[in-house]
Amino acid sequence: MPEMNFIQAINTALAEELRHDPATFMMGLDIWVGAFGATSGLTDEFGAERILNAPISEAGYAGAGVGAAMAGMRPIVEIEFASFFYCCWDQVCNQAAKLRYMSGGQADMPITFRAVCGAVGSAAAQHSETVYSQFMSVPGLKIVVPSGAYDMKGLLKSAIRDNNPVLVFEHLKLGRSREEVPEEEYLVPIGQAAVKREGSDVTIIAIGYMVSQALKAAKSLEEDGISAEVIDPRSLIPLDEETILSSVAKTHNVLVVDEGHLRCGAAAEISAVIADKGFDSLDAPVKRLAAPDVPIPFSPPMEKFVLPNDKKIAATVKEMLG
Amino acid sequence: MADTSLSTDKLLDMYRTMQRIRQFESRVRDIFQEGQIPGFVHVSIGEEASATGVAAALTEQDYITSTHRGHGHLIAKGGEVKPMMAELFGKKTGYCKGKGGSMHIANFDLGILGANGIVGAGLPIATGAGLAAKVRGSGEVAACFFGDGASNEGTFHESLNIASSWKLPVIYVCENNLYGEFTAGKDVTSVKDIADRARGHDMPGVVVNGNDVVEVYEATSEAVERARKGEGPTLIECKTYRWEGHVVGEEAFLGKRSYRPADEIEAWKKRCPLITFEQRFMPDTFSQEELDTVQSEVKQAIDDAVQFAQDSPYPQPEEALDDMFSKE
Repeated sequence: MPEMNFIQAINTALAEELRHDPATFMMGLDIWVGAFGATSGLTDEFGAERILNAPISEAGYAGAGVGAAMAGMRPIVEIEFASFFYCCWDQVCNQAAKLRYMSGGQADMPITFRAVCGAVGSAAAQHSETVYSQFMSVPGLKIVVPSGAYDMKGLLKSAIRDNNPVLVFEHLKLGRSREEVPEEEYLVPIGQAAVKREGSDVTIIAIGYMVSQALKAAKSLEEDGISAEVIDPRSLIPLDEETILSSVAKTHNVLVVDEGHLRCGAAAEISAVIADKGFDSLDAPVKRLAAPDVPIPFSPPMEKFVLPNDKKIAATVKEMLG
Repeated sequence: MADTSLSTDKLLDMYRTMQRIRQFESRVRDIFQEGQIPGFVHVSIGEEASATGVAAALTEQDYITSTHRGHGHLIAKGGEVKPMMAELFGKKTGYCKGKGGSMHIANFDLGILGANGIVGAGLPIATGAGLAAKVRGSGEVAACFFGDGASNEGTFHESLNIASSWKLPVIYVCENNLYGEFTAGKDVTSVKDIADRARGHDMPGVVVNGNDVVEVYEATSEAVERARKGEGPTLIECKTYRWEGHVVGEEAFLGKRSYRPADEIEAWKKRCPLITFEQRFMPDTFSQEELDTVQSEVKQAIDDAVQFAQDSPYPQPEEALDDMFSKE
């Protein structure tokens, strides 16, 4: 099977979906040139009329995406860095998320928001956040966080075909990571977790880039005789509780790993679901490993200190099972 | 005085629409104060001509976005008074099945992309509807109603910039009623005429007498023509006034604190959109009797709408969980 990297997976998914449905079009900052390469070359095939280079005007063009979706189009809106979502919070949370419900189900809202997220290396707090957990408490949105090229392509295609607002968070550190991606078309359904590695002693639930770190940790734990199962929820809303709970029923120990902040974060929600519905399976309290509640710092040693990684994951698991 | 090329049918339609808005709003005000409508309501009495004149220049396929003071816009765009009134009552038969209420009525079949509870939120949405029409080449235009208050929001400038840069078929209609909530526009706005802000975005900015339905209609028709020809957006400022407070019943929390002079209200009442119309077209074009007939027909329709809303059932409580996601 041919391999491609994460960015190429995005690019291919976008091109396929723009080809698939003429109602699909894109809007975003710097997308003609493609700031990170994900949209490079799309204007050659689809023209500047469907690939719209937007002003630095998040509220303006995110809101225009909402209007276009209500008027029958399928906009794909790129917000560049996830932290820039704060500039169009109203358009995403008050408009896109709510207008279908508030109109009594009259309107479909087939809009996809894409943003790069996560700490990529001294980008400081306004360009390093994951942001998705804030959206998790806004009813009406779907949220996907792919962890590799295969899922990236399949989930993005599903997001674009979904008749609801879907937020796709693309971790920039995954940009050059490569995976096998079939040449034939496929979709990854939204709301289905993936068991990335089977194990019997502990379940590590990891989100986005943290999946790669959890897999590395699982490998090193194996050398210490600990068998770790790694679950990638892939989509945070809707959350595949069944896959998570059946893994917990098998291993009886859980660590939830997220690069986002600890307080009210994605890991907190997943932990609560397990405590609520899987309590009888647990041998010990659910443990969370996430960024402490400080803005992501600039300086490399401090940034490294706050972010979870494979070593911290392995150490936490050992502590839990010790 | 009847110096217009408009047909008598069109003129009578516009008069009927203004009557419908006036009587709908007056009734809503009254029954809200009787406690029949939950939440709070913003009525547009005195602003009937801008809603009517703009919508009369649009087709059914064209889009509008509206505001928290949106009943008039919806009626003008073809909204039926029965499901509108039922929505205000929170009834199952309302346009949004009771999930929206006064500030959030929408009807997508009529191109009404919704009233909106957030000041300035309709601007980018209308811009997007215009963008949709342009990208697929389908020819609709979007008219965006907003107030003088919204023209100080970032979304106003962001939307005008995008629409002008991309030559989108959008008509931005600022209904300048002189007050944003309880604050005079002149105290918080950098320009006397909001229309002047069009210059900053390289589009035509037009000031019209917002209480003269024919003047509004003609300015909008011109803007619609430009938009359909691909020449881009227009900003129309309708000078008007709301006779009532920001919200009905505001005296309850404002007490005796006043934010506008009584003589100002009285002066604007003399410039009533309905009286302006009657003075211009009666008796040469229409007889008193003709216009009286319209008035009483509308009264019957409003009576029926209130009855319909009162008789309609509430939604089942668990219907609160429906309509979240499209299943398709």
